[in-house]
Amino acid sequence: MSNSTTLTDEQLDEFGKEMDAIRQRVMSELGEEDATYIRNVVKAQRGFEVAGRALFYLPPAWPLAVASLSISKILDNMEIGHNVMHGQYDWMGDPGLNSRMYEWDTMAPSENWKHGHNYIHHTFTNILGKDRDIGYGILRIDEDQEWHPYYLGNPVYAFLLMMFFEWGVALHDLEVENIVKGRRDWEENKALAAGIRRKMKRQVLKDYVLFPALTGPLFVPTFVGNATANFIRNIWTFNIIFCGHFPAGVATFTQEECENESRGHWYYRQLLGSANITGSKLLHLMSGNLSHQIEHHLFPDLPARRYPQIAEEVREICQRYGLQYNTGSLGKQLGSVAKKIFKMALPPKGTTFPGLSVLTGGRTSTTESQAA
Amino acid sequence: MSIVSNLLASRALEALTSPHGVDRYLELVNPMWAAREVRARIVDVHREVDVAGHPPVATITLQPTSTWQGHRAGQHVQLGVEIDGARRTTRVFTVSSPDSRQGDRFTVTMRANPDGLVSRHLVEAEVGTMVHLSQAQGEFILPDQVPEHVLFISGGSGITPVMSMLRSLQRRTHRGRVSFVHYAQSPEHQIFAAELAEIARTGYGVDVHLLHPELGDPALSPAWLERLVPGYRDVPTWACGPAPLIDAVQKAYTDSDVLQVEYFKAPVVSTGAAEGDVTFTRAGSTAANTGATLLEQAEAAGLKPEFGCRMGICFSCTATKKEGTVTNVLTGETSSLPDEDIRICVSSPQGDCAIDL
Repeated sequence: MSNSTTLTDEQLDEFGKEMDAIRQRVMSELGEEDATYIRNVVKAQRGFEVAGRALFYLPPAWPLAVASLSISKILDNMEIGHNVMHGQYDWMGDPGLNSRMYEWDTMAPSENWKHGHNYIHHTFTNILGKDRDIGYGILRIDEDQEWHPYYLGNPVYAFLLMMFFEWGVALHDLEVENIVKGRRDWEENKALAAGIRRKMKRQVLKDYVLFPALTGPLFVPTFVGNATANFIRNIWTFNIIFCGHFPAGVATFTQEECENESRGHWYYRQLLGSANITGSKLLHLMSGNLSHQIEHHLFPDLPARRYPQIAEEVREICQRYGLQYNTGSLGKQLGSVAKKIFKMALPPKGTTFPGLSVLTGGRTSTTESQAA
Repeated sequence: MSIVSNLLASRALEALTSPHGVDRYLELVNPMWAAREVRARIVDVHREVDVAGHPPVATITLQPTSTWQGHRAGQHVQLGVEIDGARRTTRVFTVSSPDSRQGDRFTVTMRANPDGLVSRHLVEAEVGTMVHLSQAQGEFILPDQVPEHVLFISGGSGITPVMSMLRSLQRRTHRGRVSFVHYAQSPEHQIFAAELAEIARTGYGVDVHLLHPELGDPALSPAWLERLVPGYRDVPTWACGPAPLIDAVQKAYTDSDVLQVEYFKAPVVSTGAAEGDVTFTRAGSTAANTGATLLEQAEAAGLKPEFGCRMGICFSCTATKKEGTVTNVLTGETSSLPDEDIRICVSSPQGDCAIDL
């Protein structure tokens, strides 16, 4: 939904300065606590990973093995990978936690993902036509995306994307939708595609050949277990990420609105373009603190463990400026996203289709059906 | 040992531990286990010089992981420590012990200058502390065939590489002559004093000259050097020390090709303004500092560095600042660390600055 700015330029400036002040304060506080925290998360992740791999040797422990490996992959992708690759821990000077060196346990090569995510998505958040994460080039997720009969499959595409999310994220950087539209040349993709193939080969070799083979006669259960862990990670990350920008009430912006944008307006757009999930500490950890998507989008390079600490302050500032702070339980946000995926599958009210009759959620919109 | 290390460095294990690599797992079990990286445990900290009111000099003994490939006398190593348990900071130190082989213990000797973040940390470090290492580096080394007569000239803590060389020669029972010339502030400030006195007394063919210009000893000049080491311009010479000493040495060896030098760089100090030059080290070009961000200055110089948001959030433009002071235009924070990763879209240089672009 497009949004016209409710604040004056002066208010936006003030709002931006308040956000800058939070950022600067937290930056100056970074230290041993943050370092210890992320190192402990890494330790836990590696522990779950090794335990998961080992438990496949004990057939009765298969569910435990899958659970361990799933937790490992989720921690690796969310609280560690996503956040480290944002540069949140670059200040530590540890090559193992450096945004330029970290590689994560998923199909997408870090290099491509950082470009598409850190730059394109975080800079042009929710600007239609610029932020490729609005529907990922596959889904219709906003009223201002033009409807097309293709989108009748919206729920099916969303389901498939959820199940194969790690593959989808990897292929996202190829911008296939732009190639279809003739805006991008396949030649530009050759190097990218080669990198993706290399990474996929390594991931497939590890999860579907080497580790199953190492368990000898248990090849099949290990293979299925690894696949299940990957599915569980896919489903979880998809759901968390979709709750970040797609629940009802999240604003999108036009390119005109964001021309020569001030820093204050950038913050404003990040706030209104994101949504939080309320929940326990465990939920925050397993979501890589993307349950605080708003704080993450305001301060993408602050260590994510700081988001819950500053959330109250951000919320209070939003209240003073009369700005919406979109938050809700996981159930509420997921329901809202699901509803939207189904709703956006159907053409908007008043769409006319000469010679075609379409069921539009109880509304009839073509002349033929009116005649009928 | 070698079977284990071959296994640890094998492609099979690399594939199984992809994408993180073997070392990311080993380090969690035992920090002294490594397949590729080099780390070391501090096993001794020994004060060489401790004059009240002056920065102390200390020798740190390191037990490296088995991945340490050894060093040749005269080489240095990058050594990283966790400052305040969070910020790994890396500096270069010269190895002071004789040639080492794979996995051998070795020592580094350093003066803990007040602005030396890492050296101050190290001289106070507790035994058992882990540090991060590179492999040994540097071309300031003795040749395999050591010449009949060699001359070492050093000043202050520049004694470390030539001390490593002298110790190696002692161990190799070098039969030729060694002339060892060292400048120190005073006898109290003499690093390795006892060992040098012992070598002077018993060493075969080693002349040790310890000089203290502040107490009236002659400064280095061609005439004086000629008197000390006749025909010195034909004697293979290794010199290490502060820049003024090296300048004097280089003048004494004009048109001679027997000299090898190593000197400490004076740190580039911020002038607090848009003065000085910006050097793009990879492109090999230099431009006057306009005070704009380094990204803008690089683009103005015709370079095309990678960039993204241009507002300091996406880290696409991160590059290594080799030296100089930069200000973060968002926060006003300044930083002067050498070899520091910075986001060039929000960093503007103050005074001279070199960036790896």
